[in-house]
Amino acid sequence: MRGNIPQYEMIAPKTLPEVLSKLSAEPGVWRPFAGGTDLMVLLESGHLPHRKYVSLWGIPGLEKIEVTKDALILGALATYSDMAESPVIQAEFSNLAAAARETGAWAIQNRGTIGGNIANASPAADSPPSLLVYDATIELISSRGTRTIPYSEFHLGYKKTALAPDEIIHRVILPRTTGAMTHYYRKVGTRKAQAISKVCFSGVLQKSGEIIQDVRIGLGSVAATPIRAKKTESFLRGKMLNPATLAQAKLELATEITPIDDIRSTAEYRLQVAQNLLGEFLGT
Amino acid sequence: MSESTIQLKVNGKSHEVQAPSMSRLLDVLRDELGYFGAKEGCGEGECGACSVMVNGRLVNSCLMPVLQAEGAEITTVEGLAKNGELHPVQKAFLECGGAQCGICTPGMVLASVSLLEKCPKPTDAQIREGLAGNICRCTGYMKIFDSVRRASEIGGGA
Repeated sequence: MRGNIPQYEMIAPKTLPEVLSKLSAEPGVWRPFAGGTDLMVLLESGHLPHRKYVSLWGIPGLEKIEVTKDALILGALATYSDMAESPVIQAEFSNLAAAARETGAWAIQNRGTIGGNIANASPAADSPPSLLVYDATIELISSRGTRTIPYSEFHLGYKKTALAPDEIIHRVILPRTTGAMTHYYRKVGTRKAQAISKVCFSGVLQKSGEIIQDVRIGLGSVAATPIRAKKTESFLRGKMLNPATLAQAKLELATEITPIDDIRSTAEYRLQVAQNLLGEFLGT
Repeated sequence: MSESTIQLKVNGKSHEVQAPSMSRLLDVLRDELGYFGAKEGCGEGECGACSVMVNGRLVNSCLMPVLQAEGAEITTVEGLAKNGELHPVQKAFLECGGAQCGICTPGMVLASVSLLEKCPKPTDAQIREGLAGNICRCTGYMKIFDSVRRASEIGGGA
């Protein structure tokens, strides 16, 4: 059933300070709205309860991707297309480039934004596992000022985030420290294009011979939020990569993910696939 | 409740419309301005029938609030022909039988234009990626692939 569109209201301030003052004047009354690729689907199906939105689309500077000596800085409105086409993201953060290319198809990639993907807080979102693996920090801004938190502390529970009602995501900052590591990304869905993931796996790995020196694993669609598999990582660090290590690592992984049965898949399938992807990743 | 006055530029022509600010660009194009090229298929960004270009980028007009399109250059399939001559991509779709019922065709054509602009000589894998968001239920896609290859040969990306 379609939402009743005249009941909704959108305003489109021209500058960031105007956006922030609107959000802070009546906290919770107005909500930020980026590319709309999630919210408009809810609107169309009559499942968008909130009625008043401040459009961020077109706010100058928010779409920028900046590269400094030490960091990649994504403006909240950087789109999947922008990320997929960025040479630095392709070269040093290839899991994020791959996630961007596999989110929807081009028409979605031209509108969906990194800030929107994070704030929408779906546990099945494609970019968060990679942001976790790349140790992203996230800068939040309001008319009170800015604050920076580790991205790993942003998702508090299913669809619950650290974002205050008067805040928006301003920038996402990725340290340029993983360029030399092996990167692995795989999204498993019903079909290759357009599908929402059943399991999404992002990993980086550094080996010395067959010894695992460093490993980081991010997963989507296997818990209430995107997660880092910290127990599995700490088990693997310093171990010789062999079949016995892999078998134990799969058991560790099973203790820290909590997949569920839903319309897209089953808990049993998701666990099996997550373990298989771990094997494929470590084999890379 | 809010009706806004919104300035839209469609296929080079300026329009002023009164519409609720969260109206879908698709509905305003069709119901207020009479551009019937963009179709409604799924209404949720899966099928691509509503594709238009906004500032040269392919978007699903069913997922774009009209207010966010204000001031942008919007191109619908009606805007591709120039001086009475079809765009090379349209010619190729005609020549190769790339359309049957026609519902997906405007979106397919615009997605193909978008693909060929980025990638004038696409591989089959690139065609697949460029058209991944456009669903056809008639053709089986082979004639659409033929059309894109043909469009590439006759300068559809130029």
